Amino acid sequence: MNYLWAFVVGGLICVAGQLLIDLTKLTPARILVLFVVSGVVLSAFGVWEKLVDFAGAGATVPILGFGHILAQGVEKAVAQSGFVGIFTGGITACSGGVTASLIFALIASFFSKSKSQS
Amino acid sequence: MRTNKKQYSKMVKNSSPKSHILRNCIWAFFVGGTICFVGEVLIKVYTAYFNFSVGDARQLASITLVGMSALLTAVGWYNRIARRAGAGTLVPITGFANAVVSPAIEFKAEGFVTGVACKMFIIAGPVIVYGTLASVIYGAVLFVKARYGI
Repeated sequence: MNYLWAFVVGGLICVAGQLLIDLTKLTPARILVLFVVSGVVLSAFGVWEKLVDFAGAGATVPILGFGHILAQGVEKAVAQSGFVGIFTGGITACSGGVTASLIFALIASFFSKSKSQS
Repeated sequence: MRTNKKQYSKMVKNSSPKSHILRNCIWAFFVGGTICFVGEVLIKVYTAYFNFSVGDARQLASITLVGMSALLTAVGWYNRIARRAGAGTLVPITGFANAVVSPAIEFKAEGFVTGVACKMFIIAGPVIVYGTLASVIYGAVLFVKARYGI
């Protein structure tokens, strides 16, 4: 059942992104920025955690889940170390995905020929 | 006959962008949903067979998806799917990874510092900057709330 909800919720979030592409003039970069910031806001209001409980990866895999991780990280860090946590929480929590992206990109560029990817 | 043709072309004009959007949304739904489904399978595998905590398994599932996306981007498949899937491949974390890996490969000819390493951040940069900004604002609010009990 979890698998089905992950599929449906994840799919619907992508449809929301597709509607933004088709109905507005937003570029992919702006949509990603909008989604990450929205993820932080939705997480701050407790909405996203509920969706994660319900849909699992359907809520964590979309880039909104990235915002959720940022918000959760800063929550934990502020609770633990107060003022410093404001600055350390976000990036610490999302470091896994970011580091993986950077390192895999570097490795991929070692082994690929420079060519247009579009 | 002529009016029919006119009416027909008008109908086509009216309906084609809509069906275009519908088709795009269906693609986005199935491809995006499938990527999230794979993520859910990975989380289950990591928690059930490798004894990771749910939090760690989620992180590791995202990292795995990033790795898959990097591989598929490097061989050129990701962008081929993305042409059809649109937001279905953009919105999941694999889209973020693709936005890092794609320019890294594309600008390899300009060198590993000014090419690969700089261009990696073309899209990832703004995402990280504004995501971090949002988290700092949220953190500041939480801090003030806790300190002054508002």
